[in-house]
Amino acid sequence: MNELQFLTWVRGPGLDIALSIFLLGVLWRLIEIYSLGRKPDLAVPRKRPGASGWHTILRRSVAPPGMVKRSPVSYIGGYIFHVGLAIIVFLFVPHIKLIEGLTGLSWPGLPSQVVDAVTIVTLAAMVVVLVDRINKPVKRYLSTFEDYFTWTLTFLPVLTGYLAVQHLFLPYTLMLALHILSAELLLVFLPFTKLFHAFTVFGSRWFNGDINAKKGVPV
Amino acid sequence: MNANGSLMHKLALQGVSRRSFLKYCATLATLMALPPTAGRAMAEALAQARRPSVIWLPFQECTGCTESITRSHSPSIESMIFDTISLDYQETLMAAAGHQAEEVLHKVVEENAGKFILIIDGSVATGLDGAYSCIAGRSNLDLLREVGPKAAAIVAVGSCAAYGGIPKAKPNPTGAVAISDIIRDKPIVNIPGCPPIPVVMTAVLAHFVTFGKLPELDRLGRPRAFYGETIHDRCYRRPFYDQGKFAKTFDDAGARQGWCLFELGCKGPVTYNACAHVKWNAQTSFPIESGHGCIGCSEPDFWDAGGFYKALSMPADPLKFVAGAAVAGAAVGVAVSIANRARKGAARAAHETATLADLEK
Repeated sequence: MNELQFLTWVRGPGLDIALSIFLLGVLWRLIEIYSLGRKPDLAVPRKRPGASGWHTILRRSVAPPGMVKRSPVSYIGGYIFHVGLAIIVFLFVPHIKLIEGLTGLSWPGLPSQVVDAVTIVTLAAMVVVLVDRINKPVKRYLSTFEDYFTWTLTFLPVLTGYLAVQHLFLPYTLMLALHILSAELLLVFLPFTKLFHAFTVFGSRWFNGDINAKKGVPV
Repeated sequence: MNANGSLMHKLALQGVSRRSFLKYCATLATLMALPPTAGRAMAEALAQARRPSVIWLPFQECTGCTESITRSHSPSIESMIFDTISLDYQETLMAAAGHQAEEVLHKVVEENAGKFILIIDGSVATGLDGAYSCIAGRSNLDLLREVGPKAAAIVAVGSCAAYGGIPKAKPNPTGAVAISDIIRDKPIVNIPGCPPIPVVMTAVLAHFVTFGKLPELDRLGRPRAFYGETIHDRCYRRPFYDQGKFAKTFDDAGARQGWCLFELGCKGPVTYNACAHVKWNAQTSFPIESGHGCIGCSEPDFWDAGGFYKALSMPADPLKFVAGAAVAGAAVGVAVSIANRARKGAARAAHETATLADLEK
């Protein structure tokens, strides 16, 4: 298999397989999670200002007082790479073209030089966050194989995408194929690892906020 | 330098001045990114060279490569070189035909064994022992096995000779393969393209005559000087790609303003060739400049790479499993939900209320 055949495979059957597993997993887990339901709450709900599911969705996007100082890498690094990933995935023109090709939806993108800069910052933030995880004893203790695995799954598409665009190390065709393959691996594993938080984060925040709001506790 | 029979002498007879010959050599050297002195070395070597014997064999091909090379541009010093090397066998261009032509071929091969340059366009059919493509009653495969090992070097002109080309497209009914799949112990230079740029071929020949060896090749056996960069990197429309300005159809406002053709299926980003800077027809233009995306014709398997008009970022094939997978995912989700509810129900049913008496037991 030469480079162009490899690229054609990842653009064709590879993409088909990856998207299929991704969709299967996402639908399976979303339906399973949201159909769990909860017991009817027979108590009269309490009312406290600032206590609701929607409040919690917003509140948990902001660091609690003092925490940025206590754990700057987690908060600042975490923010940077999440926002960076969103910009790269959703505002790089070739990515928008792919989404348009798959769904028909499209929107304006950013100039590729801007995305290049964002990519560098994102890669750096991800490396810093990883080093911090390894260096801090508590974080290291809490980390499992899954944490390192999902970090790698997220890091590789960004790295290979940057190398492909910049024509570094490998011929563009091969690097582009590796980039698409790494993104497909991410799609395959996303529904079955903690990366699924991409889908559940706001739902679970709302759930926690709502259940505590009924007890009169703004969380 | 004016020895009779030398190239310079022949050129002088045809009215080509030494000055224009030197300019031509300097251009070739520059094109191949050789040092400035190479132009002079090239001129001296070419001027003194006895005309090297060149045999051109056409296999499974469309003659497009020959058509391309005969259109080498300007009053065409290239075509003079082409006339002035001793092109001893070229079916499209030679006057001879039939048994006489075949006799010449075999005579030249024997007389110049180990010295002639063998140019081949077209792929080699291997199915049915090569019977799909024959010349003078002999299969291309047979002929290549006889002539190939006697050449000094082989120039595989066009994507068919270099990679198998269109004949190799799925399902490859003739069992087409590249020259390099049959001949493995000779220096082979691939000049892919459908067709290749004429000046690339003449430059490679000039390099061979000057230095006695093939130019530096890339991993696919292509001269690095011409196949070192992608069309996309040298494309004058590249700034539009970076700005995200794309033509949506071949005649919309974007197309008229010369915006990037990526969305219309341009394969420039994955195609290594010199079209964007060497250009065609006396540096007039190249496909993208004429408003059509690059089809990637100098890359192996461009013919089976998912369609010429599909953007590289688009799926190469229709997605076959996705709809089924979505239904399956939803079904699994519902099934697991029902199982979870059943388990909850069973747990509730099995629940026994503890009484004070139970606790005091």
